[in-house]
Amino acid sequence: MAWDSVIGLEIHAQLSTRSKIFSGSATTYGAAPNAQANLVDLAYPGVLPVLNAEAVRMAVKFGLAINARVARRSVFARKNYFYPDLPKGYQISQYELPIVSGGAVDIVLEDGVVRRIGITRAHLEEDAGKSLHEGLAGLTAVDLNRAGTPLIEIVSEPHLYSAREAVAYLKKIHTLVRYLGICDGNMQEGSFRCDANVSVKPRGSEKLGTRAEIKNVNSFRYVERAINYEIARQIELIEGGGKVVQETRLYDPDRGETRSMRTKEEANDYRYFPDPDLLPLEIDQPYIDAVAATLPELPDQKAQRLMSEYSLSPYDAGVLTTSMELADYFEVVVRDLGGQPKLAANTVMGELSGLLNRDGVDISQSRISPGSLARLLARVVDNTISGKIAKDVLEAMWDEGREADAIIEARGLKQITDESAIEAAIDRALAANPAQLADYRAGKEKLFGFFIGQVMKATGGKANPARLNELLKKKLGG
Amino acid sequence: MTELHLMTVAELSASLRSGAISSVELTRAFLARIERHQRELNAFITVSPDRALAEATRADERLRAGRGGALTGIPIAHKDIFCTRDEKTTCGSRMLANFISPYDATVVQRLREAGVVCLGKTNMDEFAMGSSNETSWFGPVRNPWDTARVPGGSSGGSAAAVAARLAPAATGTDTGGSIRQPAALCGLTGIKPTYGRVSRYGMIAFASSLDQAGVFALSAEDAALLLSAMAGFDERDSTSVELPVPDYVAELAQPLKGLKIGVLREFFQGLEAPIEELIRTALDALHAQGAVLKEVSLPHLPLSVPTYYVVAPAECSSNLARFDGVRYGYRCEKPRDLADLYQRSRGEGFGAEVKRRIMIGTYVLSAGYYDAYYLKAQQVRALIAADFERAFHEVDVVIGPTTPTTAFALGAKTQDPVTMYLNDIYTIGANLAGLPALSVPCGFAGELPVGLQIVGPHFAEGRLLNVAHQYQRESDWHLRVPRGFG
Repeated sequence: MAWDSVIGLEIHAQLSTRSKIFSGSATTYGAAPNAQANLVDLAYPGVLPVLNAEAVRMAVKFGLAINARVARRSVFARKNYFYPDLPKGYQISQYELPIVSGGAVDIVLEDGVVRRIGITRAHLEEDAGKSLHEGLAGLTAVDLNRAGTPLIEIVSEPHLYSAREAVAYLKKIHTLVRYLGICDGNMQEGSFRCDANVSVKPRGSEKLGTRAEIKNVNSFRYVERAINYEIARQIELIEGGGKVVQETRLYDPDRGETRSMRTKEEANDYRYFPDPDLLPLEIDQPYIDAVAATLPELPDQKAQRLMSEYSLSPYDAGVLTTSMELADYFEVVVRDLGGQPKLAANTVMGELSGLLNRDGVDISQSRISPGSLARLLARVVDNTISGKIAKDVLEAMWDEGREADAIIEARGLKQITDESAIEAAIDRALAANPAQLADYRAGKEKLFGFFIGQVMKATGGKANPARLNELLKKKLGG
Repeated sequence: MTELHLMTVAELSASLRSGAISSVELTRAFLARIERHQRELNAFITVSPDRALAEATRADERLRAGRGGALTGIPIAHKDIFCTRDEKTTCGSRMLANFISPYDATVVQRLREAGVVCLGKTNMDEFAMGSSNETSWFGPVRNPWDTARVPGGSSGGSAAAVAARLAPAATGTDTGGSIRQPAALCGLTGIKPTYGRVSRYGMIAFASSLDQAGVFALSAEDAALLLSAMAGFDERDSTSVELPVPDYVAELAQPLKGLKIGVLREFFQGLEAPIEELIRTALDALHAQGAVLKEVSLPHLPLSVPTYYVVAPAECSSNLARFDGVRYGYRCEKPRDLADLYQRSRGEGFGAEVKRRIMIGTYVLSAGYYDAYYLKAQQVRALIAADFERAFHEVDVVIGPTTPTTAFALGAKTQDPVTMYLNDIYTIGANLAGLPALSVPCGFAGELPVGLQIVGPHFAEGRLLNVAHQYQRESDWHLRVPRGFG
């Protein structure tokens, strides 16, 4: 039997405000335990929450960026449950009336097909603290530094049909929140994380299957693996005559599997009700307009512009706009180079990205400035060096921190364009390999490449490839 | 000169500023009275003589320097629901029996800044849940008018303290009548301001959408003096209202001529005859001062008790979740695991009435019951508020009794929570609608005081105090002293 999988994601993005959503404590990551928890965060008797206006502004920004409705009136509600890292015994969230609802983003699938993924809602809420168990010999320690950090929870429609689509959507939101400057996107520190609702149904069936929710998966790779594991598990279960139960499951990255955390029957009844300590949040049009005026060029708009301005392919434009910094870097290279967008795009997406990945840094930490890269590429354009040599120079620039010209000069990498020099090298190569020459003349044309290689070897790769090609043809033909 | 403890705050204020008395002298006098009567009344949970005298000394310095304000050097008592820095704040519960607050409630801070001296913290029903002050972990408070009877609740300690002249005034909180009911039962003037008028920051929450801080005093004038210092916007309480605080004292003198009083039909149903008679007499007195009487009806008001007993427990079930034995407050001995820590800390730390309300609240918010209870109650609440709003198109204030009975005997209603809840039948409406209301003494049924309740539109505290003050100019019920406390 063929099966369809249906996935919806709930993404939690920590908003990069300086202070918490309902208290004045700092939100910096990595402080000593409980150093950033004041009386409000500790839920002392008598304290009250006060909403952080900056968190609201960021949520509105997000709503506008996904073309959603920004509610003129939204309501904070209490989600009640007991846990040591939840000091009030309830989390302040939004339930019936979220600040953002009914938006969408487009994702581009590998085959180039664009799909629009609906976003049901995005609401403001506070993060919980952390319970620590490791190294405490059966005890639990509570760190409330994170308690009260502002979050937006972004809930997608069940419009994702594979793990890959889910990851593409997750990456899209990841890109978007960083463009908007509302979340640092750091998945390791937990400032961007997601839960996945996964179900399967017989192919073509309208009715959705029972879903399992996979909690807190903290990397793109794990999201893909966890969903694929879960889809396979559910199909195997049903085909074996079993039934999927509605439950919450945890992904174990070490074992690459999900396992049951609690079933629906064990689930909390959160007893949501409007928080009487906070008035409904009212937002007017002038406020929304003012926030709209601060929106940067968004990834889709930027990709469109790169395509029309630089004639880039949708794929290249998509890759370059995954981060605003990467796109900016590309544009500076093209500007300094005075054109050659394809060359610039290939180098940035290819060799430069390779070096960034090798050292595990992002574009903002690149050891080669866009200006330096443009000066390197200018040497390719003016035929001083070949594209192949340029790769070596780029690596040397990265490792040594020197400019392209200095490296070309010091290593004598300047390309040989002088015809007589190239001709001399060809003559030497032909003379040194009489047998191959005879074979070539007898019709073994593949040996053309052999002679190119010989000349390149002799010139240290510096012979201008186009010129060499042309001259070798002439000699062999003669 | 009248004995110090029989003087009003206004009189004491004048004497302090003229230099006729000192704050230290005054504070000593009240501390001595507390010591003498505490065992009999149990009005206080904490008495702070050293701290009070230190504050009085500082107040005297300011007074001598001519920098004293209307409240500089006036000793008062705070209900133990208000957090006071570096002092025990128990909320009448075993849960917080040893809790030392690291901060001052806004009400405490503002009164401190106005120069008052804090004598101590008064007894109360546990977490303000009760109408008789019998749910306190620290034992019941007794009514100075008859020590076999309750002072009312939940602010019973504050009411008993002021009635027995152990303090010239005290703070209280009112969620369903917890200031007005004990004020009535103890013969005091007690005001619950408009919801949002006084900051709730640092006032331990019972039902957040209903709780409001107010005062007990001997007179409307004294209440006006204290409320002026307490009221006003506080950025730490998002539900406090950003409106300027009027000069309540200046408004007192306004004559009542032309005042339109609504006489609430629903408030006279099921009322004991002697109380009804006193209320009618008081209305006649107001009429004699030029007020116009008009019968009004609030058809949904009879639903206020059931509505309240859904909304208030719902909120309290969530507000009291923070008392979990983890960070502060009572923790059970040797918890086996997390569930045991929660269950025994809360099971042992909370009393029966608090647990009853947490259970009711948890129930009405549960999946499947929310719409039938909580949502329905909120709808009825809106109808009650609309009833009042309609009435205030026709009249300036509405008047009726504060309570259906006078002070009842200790233990008389403890076995029957519903009978106890019905004691708040006349007071709860104002809380549900967020309206200001006060109770003023209007006579005695037998030996026991009776309260007249005046309810006004939002932010009409000045008008309520004005009506009460004008009434008190022509009556002396408010100046009667319980036998044995003169």
